[in-house]
Amino acid sequence: MFKKPIQKYTGKIGEVEIGTGEKAVKLGGESVLPFYSFDGNTGNTPKIGMEISDVYPEGWTNTLKELYKDVSNDTVKWAQFVEKKYSPDFICLRLVSADPNGKDSSPEDCAEKVKAVVEAIKTPLLVAGTGNHEKDAKLFEKIAQAAEGHNVLLMSAVEDNYKTVAAAGVLAYNNKVVAESSVDINLAKQINILINQLGIGNENVVDNVGCSAGGYGYEYVISTLDRVKLAALTQNDKTLQIPIISPVSSETWKSKESVEPEEEAPEWGNQEDRGISMEVAAAAGVLASGSNAIILRHPKSVEVMRSFISELLG
Amino acid sequence: MALTGLGIFKLTPKKNCKDCGFPTCLAFSMKVASGAAEISKCPHMSKESIEKLSEATAPLMKTITIGKGDTEYKLGGETVLFRHEKTFVNRNRFAVLLSENMEDSDIDTKIQHMKDMNYVRIGEEMKTEFVVLKYVSDKDKYLALINKVKSSGLKVAYILACEDTAVMKEALQLVKSENPLAYGANKDNFKDMVALVKQDNIPLGVKADDLKELYTLVENIQKLGYKNLVLDPGSKSIKQTFENTVQIRRINLQGEDRTFGYPSILFLNELAKGDKFQEVTLSTLFTLKYGSILVLSDMDYCRALPLYGIRQNIFTDPQKPMRVEVGVYGLNNADENSPVMCTVDFALTYFIVSGEVERSKVPVWMVIPDAGGYSVLTSWAAGKFTASVITDAIKNSGIEKKTKNRTLIIPGKVAVLKGELEESLPDWNVVVGTTEAMYIPKLLKGMAEK
Repeated sequence: MFKKPIQKYTGKIGEVEIGTGEKAVKLGGESVLPFYSFDGNTGNTPKIGMEISDVYPEGWTNTLKELYKDVSNDTVKWAQFVEKKYSPDFICLRLVSADPNGKDSSPEDCAEKVKAVVEAIKTPLLVAGTGNHEKDAKLFEKIAQAAEGHNVLLMSAVEDNYKTVAAAGVLAYNNKVVAESSVDINLAKQINILINQLGIGNENVVDNVGCSAGGYGYEYVISTLDRVKLAALTQNDKTLQIPIISPVSSETWKSKESVEPEEEAPEWGNQEDRGISMEVAAAAGVLASGSNAIILRHPKSVEVMRSFISELLG
Repeated sequence: MALTGLGIFKLTPKKNCKDCGFPTCLAFSMKVASGAAEISKCPHMSKESIEKLSEATAPLMKTITIGKGDTEYKLGGETVLFRHEKTFVNRNRFAVLLSENMEDSDIDTKIQHMKDMNYVRIGEEMKTEFVVLKYVSDKDKYLALINKVKSSGLKVAYILACEDTAVMKEALQLVKSENPLAYGANKDNFKDMVALVKQDNIPLGVKADDLKELYTLVENIQKLGYKNLVLDPGSKSIKQTFENTVQIRRINLQGEDRTFGYPSILFLNELAKGDKFQEVTLSTLFTLKYGSILVLSDMDYCRALPLYGIRQNIFTDPQKPMRVEVGVYGLNNADENSPVMCTVDFALTYFIVSGEVERSKVPVWMVIPDAGGYSVLTSWAAGKFTASVITDAIKNSGIEKKTKNRTLIIPGKVAVLKGELEESLPDWNVVVGTTEAMYIPKLLKGMAEK
């Protein structure tokens, strides 16, 4: 006899709000697997953020450099341009200039820049650091202070620096923090617990459990997302009931498939299309496995993913 | 499985005769229940018991074979809903749809695209595995299209998409020997369709308006004694198609209902409405969630590069990490003056490291030893990535003939091997590389400037 099995869910992902005012967005809140609206409440619609950089985007593809040519030397203008033209759910400002292996600009300078941007836009802001744990600790301390009252999301706190990043970011200056771990459910749990132990509740934390381009260890990303969401939703594991963000663009746009110019690989065809394709493929997979927010670079990718999400939610 | 070890035990003679090779009947039953032993190993079981058991211990989801010879593909046979629970077994396959009402030039282009898109990634040939030949209204043109594809030199398995049994009959005559998928059994034509395919045991594609109707239809087809099926969960909307696809697999594996224990075919070309990027997102979705044959409107590198990479990743057995072939790889046109880098044969490590090397644009030889297929530190801790392993790789790989440069860069995480390597490779200048791949370009560019 035809019978649909009943899926039992015992947990619910908490909600985290970023930004302020009308454009503030809420992440998470679902009590079923991603897009399983036939099982119950899918929570807040997954959110899409667009990436900008605080320096001229030398490594970006030519069409994007062309698209942003009038604004990419001025971070504030760039943020306003993206807000006005594409209205993403949030903007991700990557502080490339702070990289100790690059320009190594000071936390104070970066904080000033962030302050200028956050005051110039209404869209919620995510600030991405350098990936250098030591520098990020110093960086986010200053940025958190400068962005106080704007409820920005700081990406990220890791095991090496969470005491500074999460404490300054959330406890001292009331922003939100991304807890980053590397494609392993136990590491994801661990960083969440460590942050909780500082007295920071789940409502202030978004998880980045790792991301990759398709073909580059993507199975670890998907299985980690699957396992985290199953533990949170079907085993009511409270330490994992935290919305997840996936920085898709920074992974896919450095893959060979996106970087290789057409002259080098004529059979691969149009480079820009390849880049978009790599970006939307990786984005679709992480959303289907539980990401509550994705960061994208190409406006076409944003358009494609918006339609993907709305079609699936119906 | 529906039967537990104890359930099986009740059907055994309970004599502990050891004829099956196990010490007791209970031990044997437990093995059978876990799938580790065949019930037929017990010579004393009654015929009825064996029948009862083989039905109950048969896999929940059938494995269906389509195509023949070089183009034979197995679909289905899955046992879990999520790959981390065990593994996914038979990877999804990609198809491109052609129909007789398309312009000839359009058809030629698509055939050419399928021929052009062919490459090898970590030992796996990536190509379009199926072509869907869709019948719209003109029989003669349709049969001509089938012949055209047959003689085009394309190496693909065929899917005949046609709900008109008379046309299907003639179409099957042309490609029957290739074991195609005959797609198009519906609630009105299923008896005739089964009659067409039964004798040659050709797989039959089944479609219905909704899940309940599909279920009844499969039951009716099974009543005719036919179980070589592929199901189409498709509907007009992406949302409904996704729900149907998930429900079919859950009803099958969670509900332990074999009626839905068949692979699926999804016409993503229709759902994406001609948007190639939406074909890419939907293909990713249904690669993760239970699609078996994914039909696209066209195949090119733009679609293939992410999709085949994702598929290869997702269908990796979690217990057996992907490995790259042991050997020497020249990057960025490495020549006789290029330095040598050594890392492990774990595919993920190799891809990240080689990707960064390529980004640096500095010519480098990569030497990959047999390090057990684990990450750098894991291999090192397991004694599989040691100074002697690296030394053997340098000596036996022929790299000393390929380059005059005697700089060997080892991963920063095994800096501890430097001393030993300097002793075993006295001609070489051993350089400790970075601990993170992202810093490789800086290191290489710095070295090249010197």
